[in-house]
Amino acid sequence: MANQEVKGDDYQVEYEPASSTVYFKGDITLGSPKDYVPIVKLLDQAANSDPDTLTLNVKELAFLNSSGISMLSKFVLGMKKKKGTQLVVLGGKKVPWQGKSLKNLERLLPGLKLVVE
Amino acid sequence: MSQIFGEFIEDFPLEHESLELSFTSSSRPIEERWRNNRLSAYFIANYFSTFLPIDENPDRREDRIEATRNSVSYVGNELLENAMKFNEENNPNKVKFGIHFLEEFEKVTAVIFTENSITTQKAREFQAFIRELLDADPNELYVQQIEKTAESEDSEASGLGLLTAINDYSAKLGWKFEFDPSHPQIVTVTTMAQVVV
Repeated sequence: MANQEVKGDDYQVEYEPASSTVYFKGDITLGSPKDYVPIVKLLDQAANSDPDTLTLNVKELAFLNSSGISMLSKFVLGMKKKKGTQLVVLGGKKVPWQGKSLKNLERLLPGLKLVVE
Repeated sequence: MSQIFGEFIEDFPLEHESLELSFTSSSRPIEERWRNNRLSAYFIANYFSTFLPIDENPDRREDRIEATRNSVSYVGNELLENAMKFNEENNPNKVKFGIHFLEEFEKVTAVIFTENSITTQKAREFQAFIRELLDADPNELYVQQIEKTAESEDSEASGLGLLTAINDYSAKLGWKFEFDPSHPQIVTVTTMAQVVV
């Protein structure tokens, strides 16, 4: 299956089925939940393929507003129902917000594997 | 007449660095102006980081500048998004956004603020939320807000910008509501976030 992406002026979200990885890049500060729907659909599609491991790679995501954090948090919470899939969130130490805010996701899904490297 | 909630600074030292931007919010649809929230937040963050004390170790200085820009731009963007989203368009007042640089001994604080107008009805609702925010454990409230909206695609957890500012950036928040007897339907709200950097 070919890669699929959602793209805006300042960001890109790409789903790579071969590695069951969703890559987030750039600055995502969309205005409302409805603006986030295309990204949610891409994430749902990745989750619905029931991979053993699903990776969200946010290492190159420089900025995410609270509406984006809300969207990501809701997706992570929804993964509670997908017992067969290990969710991995891959962040980078070089991006200060990730060290601060990604840990919240672990509280929503205790089985989540958070790697900030 | 005015009313204060949380930790709000009314009087700043006479000599300190500060910057204020103002926006005419009714000129274009909010969607067209949205990107400017982030760009303005980056702008005040860059402005602010110029005044950070110089560290002799260049690596540490770079890290501090990066961390400061991140904190100020995140919290600033959240305050400005809220001010734009909730501003009552039907009035001539501009939305204001700015930052103060405060330095006491070794401690540097970014005081980020927005000012916008809302209806008295919205002001009452907002004050009820502020009371809940100030009384609650913000970490628990974050999980509750996410769980509350988990089932619906088109709603988002409310107050998440303020909650993440408190939880993740240790921001101290304060609000001032100003009532003008000549415009009884409109309340001016100033939201202030103090972030030690």
